[in-house]
Amino acid sequence: MKIGVKEVEYVARLARLTLSDEEKDEFTEQLNDILTYMDKLNELDTKEVKPTSHVIPVKNVFRVDNVRESLPREPSLGNAPEAEKGFYKVPKIIE
Amino acid sequence: MEWTRLTAHEAHEGLMKRSFSSLELTQSFYRWIKNADSKVSAYLTLTEEEACQQAQRADERIVKGDEVSELMGIPLALKDILCTKSMRTTCASKILEYFRPPYDGTAVHRLRQNGAVFLGKVNMDEFAMGSSTENSGFAITRNPWDLNRIPGGSSGGSAAAVAADECIASLGSDTGGSVRQPAACCGVVGMKPTYGRVSRFGLVAFASSLDQIGPITKDVTDCAILMNVISGHDPNDSTSVDIEVPNYKRALINDVKGMKLGIPKEYFVEGMDRDVEKAVWEAIKLLEQWGASVKEVSLPHTEYAVATYYIICTAEASSNLARYDGVKYGHRSRGYDGLIDMYAKTRAEGFGPEVKRRIMLGTYVLSAGYYDAYYRKAQQVRTLIKGDFDRAFEHYDALLTPTSPTPAFLIGEKVKDPLQMYLSDIFTIPVNLAGIPGISIPCGFSSGGLPIGLQIIGNHFDEEKILRVAYTYEQRTDWHLKRPQLG
Repeated sequence: MKIGVKEVEYVARLARLTLSDEEKDEFTEQLNDILTYMDKLNELDTKEVKPTSHVIPVKNVFRVDNVRESLPREPSLGNAPEAEKGFYKVPKIIE
Repeated sequence: MEWTRLTAHEAHEGLMKRSFSSLELTQSFYRWIKNADSKVSAYLTLTEEEACQQAQRADERIVKGDEVSELMGIPLALKDILCTKSMRTTCASKILEYFRPPYDGTAVHRLRQNGAVFLGKVNMDEFAMGSSTENSGFAITRNPWDLNRIPGGSSGGSAAAVAADECIASLGSDTGGSVRQPAACCGVVGMKPTYGRVSRFGLVAFASSLDQIGPITKDVTDCAILMNVISGHDPNDSTSVDIEVPNYKRALINDVKGMKLGIPKEYFVEGMDRDVEKAVWEAIKLLEQWGASVKEVSLPHTEYAVATYYIICTAEASSNLARYDGVKYGHRSRGYDGLIDMYAKTRAEGFGPEVKRRIMLGTYVLSAGYYDAYYRKAQQVRTLIKGDFDRAFEHYDALLTPTSPTPAFLIGEKVKDPLQMYLSDIFTIPVNLAGIPGISIPCGFSSGGLPIGLQIIGNHFDEEKILRVAYTYEQRTDWHLKRPQLG
């Protein structure tokens, strides 16, 4: 076993996902299968290989820092589950 | 001929000759959609009122005699992952069920500038995660060639809508094959451009180093027409590349004489569907008869692509999808105890099983202690996979492979086995990892009457070469003219 229910619970906490008991069991089994399949990569010796994070050789992209129009407040807040007085409304953060 | 069967270039000709107006054309689509979509279920949202207004505006421009784009007044369907101003954009996820973007994505904006008509938004796997469109939070889309089968995915709604004549063409997105594989399953044309060719601004992010928007069309000419409009640098996407966009219609040359085509031997493996193998080899032999030189080539790291892909794409997805937290947009849980619980319950209620699975996997491979073993390792193997292609393209103009190892499978067939589902993208995934362009075109049918796709792969920014091969094949065969029978 590469990963047990305890680890699945830990990862779910990191990912901010509430899982049911059935989901925990199912994911434990499926993630084990998938991670075992991924072990295939260990057949390859990659000690000298540079990692690729971006396929097209791009350098830093700069632009002139001009003031541009941005989205107005109304439509920006328009999709929020809760908004008040021009702000997003969230549950109390500092106890 | 039914107007709904027309390609964009044929419809453009009809509009220019005043054989019909864009409004008449648009209305004929809605009439047909009402019939056909009760069987296919390609659309999530229809926007008839706005579409008719767009069509009327196009007609005014045409009547005035303005010089207009080839997309002026042409009815299209958009994958529901593309942000459309004030028009519902759900990503086929409950978490975005009521989301109305305050802006158009760049590709959508360019289509709008060119006068295209948007019939509506089409179904997909939730957040583009899947190969069958069965992971949609809202509907099961069916393959117009066999309603018991999947249309492919994740852009299954786009491919099914094009194949069933429920739109003239569509835009999809392709992270590991999500434009090409459904195009193959539905017998239409689908292209994934070079990474950076098309702006990703306003494309809801899944795996940012792999995602590209691409056209799904009834023929190769329409693919070139759409590519001309959506390609090019965009200051809003700093990974879009500032390289001049050629006129892709000039690449539509009916001749492959002297072109060097490579056949990667790793793509013709034991266990592959016999009909697929046969159809693809017949296509290869035809291209050779027409004067292309054809040779076997090796891409030795192909067998590692699926494992590499599912580490990289889930890692990127787990961070991209962190934004769905019930604060700025989307669903928020009603019963929770404090902020953290609000996040966790909101996400548990809003995401479907495959999205949760990928977030879990991605979070795991990025978590402390596992990063080097999985994520870094995958990025190193990505370098090797890209190197295989780099070496091949020193000697070849394009590579030919099947798009998918099998024709469309049955609805429900692979739902319980995620790993089997992942393996259906085995021939398309390496192209995304290397960031190169690929196109799928129809090249035959299985004994059961299901379409088969030929994939043509090119080097970075060599879309013109693969369009030329695709166009030559299409002009000399008639697979692309076949249509499914829908009541």
